[in-house]
Amino acid sequence: MKQVTLSVRDLKKRIGKREIIKGIDFELNEGEVFGFLGPNGAGKTTTIRMLVGLIKPTSGSIHICGYDVRQDFTKAMKQMGCIVENPELYPFLSGWDNLLHFARMLPDVDETRMDEVVELVGLQARIHDKVKTYSLGMRQRLGIAQAMLNSPKLLILDEPTNGLDPAGIREMRQFIRKLAEEEGMSVLVSSHLLGEIQQLCDRVAIIKGGEIIKTDTVESLLSTQERIFWRVEPIQKGAEILSSFTEITLDQKYIITAYDELKTPEWNAALNQAGVRVHEMNRKLPGLEELFLQVTGGGAGIE
Amino acid sequence: MNNLVQNEMMKLLAKKRLIIIGLIVGILVLMFTYAQYKQVEEQREKLGTDDWRAALQQQIIDTQNRLGSNRMLDEWREQLQVSLKQQQYYLDHDINPSEPGAATFTRMFLENAIDLFIPLLIMIVASDMVSSENSQGTIKLLLTRPVERWKILLSKYVTLLLSVSIIVAVTALLSYLLSGIVFGYQGWGAPVITGFELKGADVDVSQVRLVEQWKFLLMDLGLVWLVAVVVGTLSFMLSVLVRSTPAGMGIMLAALISGAILNNMVSSWESAKYFFMVNLKLTAYISGTAPPIEGMTLLSSVITLLVWWALALIVSFTVFTRRDVY
Ligand SMILES: Nc1ncnc2c1ncn2[C@@H]1O[C@H](COP(=O)(O)OP(=O)(O)OP(=O)(O)O)[C@@H](O)[C@H]1O
Ligand SMILES: [Mg+2]
Repeated sequence: MKQVTLSVRDLKKRIGKREIIKGIDFELNEGEVFGFLGPNGAGKTTTIRMLVGLIKPTSGSIHICGYDVRQDFTKAMKQMGCIVENPELYPFLSGWDNLLHFARMLPDVDETRMDEVVELVGLQARIHDKVKTYSLGMRQRLGIAQAMLNSPKLLILDEPTNGLDPAGIREMRQFIRKLAEEEGMSVLVSSHLLGEIQQLCDRVAIIKGGEIIKTDTVESLLSTQERIFWRVEPIQKGAEILSSFTEITLDQKYIITAYDELKTPEWNAALNQAGVRVHEMNRKLPGLEELFLQVTGGGAGIE
Repeated sequence: MNNLVQNEMMKLLAKKRLIIIGLIVGILVLMFTYAQYKQVEEQREKLGTDDWRAALQQQIIDTQNRLGSNRMLDEWREQLQVSLKQQQYYLDHDINPSEPGAATFTRMFLENAIDLFIPLLIMIVASDMVSSENSQGTIKLLLTRPVERWKILLSKYVTLLLSVSIIVAVTALLSYLLSGIVFGYQGWGAPVITGFELKGADVDVSQVRLVEQWKFLLMDLGLVWLVAVVVGTLSFMLSVLVRSTPAGMGIMLAALISGAILNNMVSSWESAKYFFMVNLKLTAYISGTAPPIEGMTLLSSVITLLVWWALALIVSFTVFTRRDVY
């Protein structure tokens, strides 16, 4: 039985008259990377701010490793490291002094641990320079180093790849996977970059308008949406025949239908009989992107 | 707690605020020293001679003559006796009363700096203590550590008290050291008149006495420190309440300057005495100048300031520990 590191129950937040978070439930297990996926303004950052105790939920409960964030704040925070939005550090201090600053706020963090995290994020060469001379990527790294100081069981990262170049993104991804797989850490990552979530996470919650629309493993979310791309000639006639069996969509020279292991051969035979030539039958998993657009209803339009 | 204060000190020093404050004080003291020096020189030219001893002796004789006449009220007689003692002291110790030493300069400087200059210096440190964390966004990291919020704010407040003490001490020290180059480092034992009490329109001189200057200076320093702490706490509160440092500074600056203006014109608006900013010139009570509003005393001013101080602390801690941080 894996330990639950974060459990959120019926979390709500109202600001003024608007209910921004409308009741969110989820759990995170040890060693799991959990993705928080949603369009702009969905409420990802607001939820994360409640998780780390920056804002008070209107109702609901949050437990980190069994400790209630409101009642046992310090105990809960000892188990957690986080970056909320950008990793804002003191620009007038060196990277090392920034780490020292946050190490002093934690029990039992000594210089050996500080050296460890610096090495972990690969900042050795510049750690004694002032943070204002750092690039955005270096700040992200320092932010991670800072979040790792207390060897947390739970790491919460709001848009961790913000401002990283492709190499940096890949490195960050590998880094997060390593933390989860080798150190058994649970990681909560929020993002609106689907590719990133798809490659990084074990499970995803899709959130929109302050509600979780779907929570599932990445594979099962995707497999319900497998489709077939047909390239046939003549395309008009092919479309006519296929639409008599199932729903179709036309995409330039392709006809797209759902994938159904048993039915597809029949459809194919019917096409052949009618003298339609089938050039290509392509089975495709949709990107999370399509899924995302599908469940969030197109995405565009901030409420 | 120690660690937290250490953190705050590290940030304060890295921002180099204290050095800037030291420089400002240094430059201002040099300017005032020069102005004072000019004044002394001018006086010397006007009197024509270096022979201040003869002049002082003449004054003493005059005073003695007046004391000798019978038409004098007892109260005034006492006061004259006090100033006679002062003059005699100057003569005995070979001090030119119009050429003060560094100790006198420091006392005068502090008395003039208490209601505007020192509060401004304190503001430089206090007004961005919390709001800078807000505007930099570092507040998010600060408040997600396993430390209660009140401890974080307390560490900042302790740091503020430390810096206030440092600033007051440095101001006194710099004005003594720098002015001493010109005026000499003497004057600690010189007698200063104190004890005037204003009862309505009358001056009650029954308590008038001489105090050695070092004692007087210590009293002044204590009062300056008190004012600095109160002003610091108020700007600290603003920096908790207002996210932007310039806005907080602006509000405080407006309050201080309006205090300086009010001081000159509120004598008929009695309830203005409950404003903190008309109560800042505490040193005026012991050096014997009239307060801006009738009925104000050292005690009433100190109590008013303490009430403001307590309220500011309560507001700061309540807001800081409860507020949602976005
Ligand atoms: N301080 C605030 N006052 C009022 N409304 C707010 C406040 N902060 C956020 N909101 C609202 O809450 C909603 C969710 O915002 P949030 O920042 O959580 O979105 P997000 O999912 O992180 O979006 P993004 O991908 O753009 O970062 C938005 O509609 C926003 O307008
Ligand atoms: Mg966000």
